[in-house]
Amino acid sequence: MTSNIQSPCSRLEEILRAGHFAITAELNPPDSADPEDVYKAARVLAEVCDGINAVDASGANCHISSVAMCALLTRAGYEPVYQVTCRDRNRIAIQGDMLGAAAMGVLNVLCLTGDDVISGDQPEAKRVFDFDSIQLLRTARTMRDEAVFLSGRKITSPPCFFLGAAANPFVPPYAWRPQRLAKKIAAGAQFIQTQYCFDLDRLKEYMNQVRDLGLDKQAFILAGVGPLKSAGAAEFMRTKVPGVVIPDQIVERLKKTPKEKQQEEGKQICVEIIEEIREIEGIAGIHIMAYRQEELVAEIVEQSGLLPRPNI
Amino acid sequence: MFRWLQNFPHLLEVLYDLFEIGLNPLKRWFKPGGRSEPVVIAVEKLGKGAAFNCKMCGQCILHSTGMTCPMNCPKHLRNGPCGGVRLDGNCEVKPEMACVWVQAYQRSLKMPRYGHQFASLQPPMNNQLKGSSSWINMFHGIDTNLPTGWEKTGDIPVNFIKEESHD
Repeated sequence: MTSNIQSPCSRLEEILRAGHFAITAELNPPDSADPEDVYKAARVLAEVCDGINAVDASGANCHISSVAMCALLTRAGYEPVYQVTCRDRNRIAIQGDMLGAAAMGVLNVLCLTGDDVISGDQPEAKRVFDFDSIQLLRTARTMRDEAVFLSGRKITSPPCFFLGAAANPFVPPYAWRPQRLAKKIAAGAQFIQTQYCFDLDRLKEYMNQVRDLGLDKQAFILAGVGPLKSAGAAEFMRTKVPGVVIPDQIVERLKKTPKEKQQEEGKQICVEIIEEIREIEGIAGIHIMAYRQEELVAEIVEQSGLLPRPNI
Repeated sequence: MFRWLQNFPHLLEVLYDLFEIGLNPLKRWFKPGGRSEPVVIAVEKLGKGAAFNCKMCGQCILHSTGMTCPMNCPKHLRNGPCGGVRLDGNCEVKPEMACVWVQAYQRSLKMPRYGHQFASLQPPMNNQLKGSSSWINMFHGIDTNLPTGWEKTGDIPVNFIKEESHD
């Protein structure tokens, strides 16, 4: 396999380049050594998505590793997006893992800084953060395009990566956020997956600035969406999960719904948000994060009228 | 003790320039491994510690980060802010602390000379330089000695807005 960014090797990239509205979804890593637990979760997502994100220790909690999950997924013919964070590994481990992932057929990599250890189940762990997301992105691009490690040592057969980064338009400093996106594209990001989009006014404002800079033409932007399980879950997410912003009216709407119908209402809100997002110019797809509600993803995609998926 | 100085980033950047010129004649005493090194380190630690809560990373980029020391960021980001900033502009990890990078951004907007460098892509840290003097490293080009792979890759050209003020 040789590196050639002119002709994409990732199916997700091909779908985006062909102009389809792409769908990726998050696969939350099980706490299990049984591959069937990964496959069970993957099966429900794969039928309705163009890429499956293998989360790297979600929320800084210990789970099955994302690189291993990717290996299982490629083995079964799925299209994983390998999430790499800088929290737990230094530059030597990260570059080695990326090369290893490529050898196992991983073509999409999402480069993240990662939640701090304090958000997870082992806050007493040592934080690494040897790279930040931007340095990680640029290093991954160096490995792909220059066929060398950061040190300059040669890679005999370089990886063929479709490189991604995250963006959060919903937290301060707002005016800097579009420029931070520019910085990530300068480092090598080809696709972007955003944080949960609930505040659509803010998203539209952000996209206006992104389009003014022409950034939507330089990278594929996938808007993050997801169903809220209940009013309580929404409250938890906006107070405890770093970077998630949920406007009051959405939480109020869930609170007004009887408890047993809240999950259905949460799904409905998600479908409505997707509908509105599709109208925003410059957004190339959605990224569904349905934490512990993976079974809802198919319904959400179907009800949003996004089936069938392109067959590339 | 002198942290209030950071609220005058436009003055600090002028001071920064004067300081660089002022230190130039002392260059021959500033040698890595030289006899004066411990003294330089002590002075730098004391001065920059008081004004910036300097962590002695040995590769100072204060003028690119609104005269705000990025090593105070719990994630040690050199290209911040991360996506975990709280709505009140405080840190994801330490809720009682203002986000270092939000401050860095706001201060860089008040710096006509170096403010634009906030957008520059900062290379990975050289962890070998921790605890050494960034002044000595600067005079000898040690802090700008980057990994070969990093030097080999250029940045992809993108547009940045020129801003008048922050929100």
